[in-house]
Amino acid sequence: MFKKLFINAIRLFLVASISFLAGGAIAAPTKAAFIYIGPTGDMGWTYQHDVGANYVKKHMGDDVEITTVESVEEGPDAERVMAQLANKGNEIIFTTSFGYMNPTLKAAKRFPNVKFEHATGYKRADNVSTYSARFYEGRHVIGKIAGRMTKSNVIGYIASFPIPEVIRGINASYLAAKSVNPDIQMKIVWVFSWFDPGKEADAAKAMIDQGADIIMQHTDSTAAMMMAEENGIYAFGQASDMGAFGPRAQLTAIIDDWGPYYLQRVRAVRDGTWESADTFDGVREGMVGFSPLSDQLPADVRAMALQAIGELAAGTLHPFTGPVNKQDGSPWLADGETPPMFPDLLTMDFYVEGIDSKIPQ
Amino acid sequence: MIRLQTRTDSSTLMVFFSPLLALILTAFSTFVVFFLAGVDGFGAFYVLFIEPLTSLYSFSEMLVKAAPLIMIALGLSIGFRAGVWNIGAEGQYVIGAVAGSAVGLYFYEVEGFWLLPLMSLVAIIAGMSYAGIAAFLRTKYQVNEILVTLMLTYVAILFLSAMVHGPLRDPDGFNFPESRLFHDSATLPIIWQGTRVHIGLAVAVILAFVSYFWINKHITGLQIKISGNAPRAAKFAGFDENKTVWLSLLVSGGVAGLAGVFEATGPIGQLVPHLPSGYGFTAIIVAFLARLNPIGIIFSALLIALTYIGGESAQITYDLPNSITSIFQGMLLFYFLACDILIRYKFVFTFYQRQ
Amino acid sequence: MNELFVQIILGISIASVPLIFAATGELLVERSGVLNLGVEGMMIVGAITGFVVQFHFDNALLSLAAAIIAGMSIAAIFAFLTQIMLTNQVATGLALTLFGLGVSAFWGRAYSKVTVDRVDAINVPGLSDLPIVGPLVFSYDPLFYLSILMVILVWYFLNRTKKGLILRAIGDNHDAAHAIGHKVVRYRFIAILFGGAMAGIGGAYLSLVQVPIWVEGMTAGRGWISLALVVFASWQPFKVIVGAIIFGGITILQLHAQGFGVNVDAQYLSMLPYLMTIFVLVTLRIRIKSNTNRVMPSCLGKIFHSTQ
Repeated sequence: MFKKLFINAIRLFLVASISFLAGGAIAAPTKAAFIYIGPTGDMGWTYQHDVGANYVKKHMGDDVEITTVESVEEGPDAERVMAQLANKGNEIIFTTSFGYMNPTLKAAKRFPNVKFEHATGYKRADNVSTYSARFYEGRHVIGKIAGRMTKSNVIGYIASFPIPEVIRGINASYLAAKSVNPDIQMKIVWVFSWFDPGKEADAAKAMIDQGADIIMQHTDSTAAMMMAEENGIYAFGQASDMGAFGPRAQLTAIIDDWGPYYLQRVRAVRDGTWESADTFDGVREGMVGFSPLSDQLPADVRAMALQAIGELAAGTLHPFTGPVNKQDGSPWLADGETPPMFPDLLTMDFYVEGIDSKIPQ
Repeated sequence: MIRLQTRTDSSTLMVFFSPLLALILTAFSTFVVFFLAGVDGFGAFYVLFIEPLTSLYSFSEMLVKAAPLIMIALGLSIGFRAGVWNIGAEGQYVIGAVAGSAVGLYFYEVEGFWLLPLMSLVAIIAGMSYAGIAAFLRTKYQVNEILVTLMLTYVAILFLSAMVHGPLRDPDGFNFPESRLFHDSATLPIIWQGTRVHIGLAVAVILAFVSYFWINKHITGLQIKISGNAPRAAKFAGFDENKTVWLSLLVSGGVAGLAGVFEATGPIGQLVPHLPSGYGFTAIIVAFLARLNPIGIIFSALLIALTYIGGESAQITYDLPNSITSIFQGMLLFYFLACDILIRYKFVFTFYQRQ
Repeated sequence: MNELFVQIILGISIASVPLIFAATGELLVERSGVLNLGVEGMMIVGAITGFVVQFHFDNALLSLAAAIIAGMSIAAIFAFLTQIMLTNQVATGLALTLFGLGVSAFWGRAYSKVTVDRVDAINVPGLSDLPIVGPLVFSYDPLFYLSILMVILVWYFLNRTKKGLILRAIGDNHDAAHAIGHKVVRYRFIAILFGGAMAGIGGAYLSLVQVPIWVEGMTAGRGWISLALVVFASWQPFKVIVGAIIFGGITILQLHAQGFGVNVDAQYLSMLPYLMTIFVLVTLRIRIKSNTNRVMPSCLGKIFHSTQ
């Protein structure tokens, strides 16, 4: 009798340990890594990516192990960081800045079994996806709000680099503002950096001195928002809710919501269904969002903004809808026409008609 | 009371012991920093200094990082010996990269083994000319070269930005501020297959040996040595100070320019605004740590490269900021400079007042 | 238009404050014969210290005091190494910059997501409301006034006091000064500490007044520019103000020009301050060629060791 008990105990033990081991093997966490161009403390671009990473962690819990590396320079070091992460067993690596494009591709070649996701890039491979967001939809909404809220009819725009994404933003904002207020003028200042609080503050101040009472930015810090708060004017948060830095000044913020996309991609790696893709989502898919509209907005402006957001969400509104001419007067979009992604939007290198200054060459 | 007194003979013991002492002191201080940061000291130490040596890949990356450091430090050491302070090697590095790359991009459609040597030559000349500005200003107008080379560094970086935003920008690159990727003939050959170690490393090591023999055996090298140690004696001997200034700046500028084009055509593969990664300044530290000795420079460059790679690893594994590398390098230099004094001076305890 | 003009001048003045502080401090150091290349490191340490203290205690005076002490402490390392241990000044200064940048970034990690109360401008009742003159002269923050005061004090010290005379003598010929009996090391040590204090305030101005947040490396090369300013000013205090305004001014003016739609090539325009510095250095030399050692302290950078 004891022998039977003993053998059963052994059987039980074996079954238990095998299932435990097998279960353990299946339950091994997927390792995902994120490379950031700046510090998560920028409260802007990088911060939002980090929010996205945390979203994945929250929804996948022990099924995922996340590594983040901040302030990785875009030069030759980036490739090495990617390789280190790959060597440490990460199965999917998100590289969150345009300048990582070529290092990402080189690393992808070295590590064909690792999946790479490159933000705002245009080159793909079997194991490299690209993703970006239709930020210009967000610009459309804030452009309309700006057009209605400005009293001086001067809008200041702090721009980083004259690349298509930034120019799309300028054009979309301008067209939207102009559509509700034909008298507006846009002042554009280029700071040639994604993140330079000192310069951004100076740029904001310069435009405020020149009469701007609304500030928009395509840079990553909260400096301009703080300037606006101090000078009693309005501004819009960029990539992230900057309300903490401009409680009265922030009318709303364009929020980059990467979380759901990141979750989807990491899960795909886990399921084995990941495929190289190019994603360019907007308001409708939830990638571009807005912080709560400020109480400072009068009821009709609020209604206008909500309607625009609703139309974007429904897919019935395209921020670039003709008739629109290029800055030199030549026609671009006919009445009711919307532009194709490529080449018009993706390689946009012209201002629309009405903008005074020139794009730096 | 403790005083520093000149030794009658340089202490040979200290020549070998002082770097070791400096390393020990730095290691100890780094432990303290880790402790204050709430990080496991031994683990971080391992990741910073030992781990990069354990994998072939990290070791190869150390070599990739060391190559430009060796080259630039060699050039700088010549000037430093003679009291010519080229602080703007970073600027010459950038100018060399831009000039060499421009040539490579111009011949974009053309293949040929002559292209890389041409690009290198252009880069050297560009770096030399850029440093030459400082030499000219110093010899003709006695303007301090520290400030001129430093100011020119900023100018060079802005120039690079202007170039990649404009004339050298990739026409198929959607207006992004990057140049085309270099084609095959304009890409630096890899000498260790499977890694990024390129021919620049070989050039650097060869230059180190050439430099060593030149300083110690060639008359001009000896002139430089003496000009630095005993300027008045050098004047009496008829060594032309102006010639020394020109020579030092031209050589350091040329080598820095070469390092720049190597970095652009090697690990990076194109011209980007982020080309300047501080090698010009780090090389100054490398040169000092090696006591300006060419062979020593190879080792100190490897050490510094090690701390960079290790620092990155520490960032990934322990979430330590990469500033820890700067802290370490700064401390190392502090301790090294201080310990080095013990070679020529010694501490003397006096227990009574000197009359 | 008047209003804009006033605002531009204000903006330029604010931009020049950190430069005035750091350059004036370094000027005193260099007049004593020491070249401290670690200004950038000292400034940024002042910036983070001031920010951290302001964040925890919300007390402007305390934060500034902390920044001063921080700048002095890190300068003390330099002073100890170069004056007692007789190390090479160029290398030690560079190490100081590197170390300062590293330490500040390390400490500042926890503080990058927050902001502090800006140190306020003062408004002299009545006077500030005078047209044009009012805002221009009377409504700066206290630190601006302090920076000008420091320039005046340093000028007075160097040119009208006995100790200042001794310091200058040490800078010109430390061996002779030592022979007469002046304590070379002591003067230089104190001068270096002063330089550290000033750089500390200059740095704190960035993180407490200009943009009250902390960002790694936020000094953005201002330490190096301050070094250039000292030479630009031919080691004379009042000229530092001129130089600082030019440097501060170019950036602000370039931004304004863009706002007006002037098609300026930002990069080339940004090169101007640096090129101008070189230009001024050269023209200074040409003009005083006959009077060569009246300008730069002759012992600048040389190691002093009293042989006994």
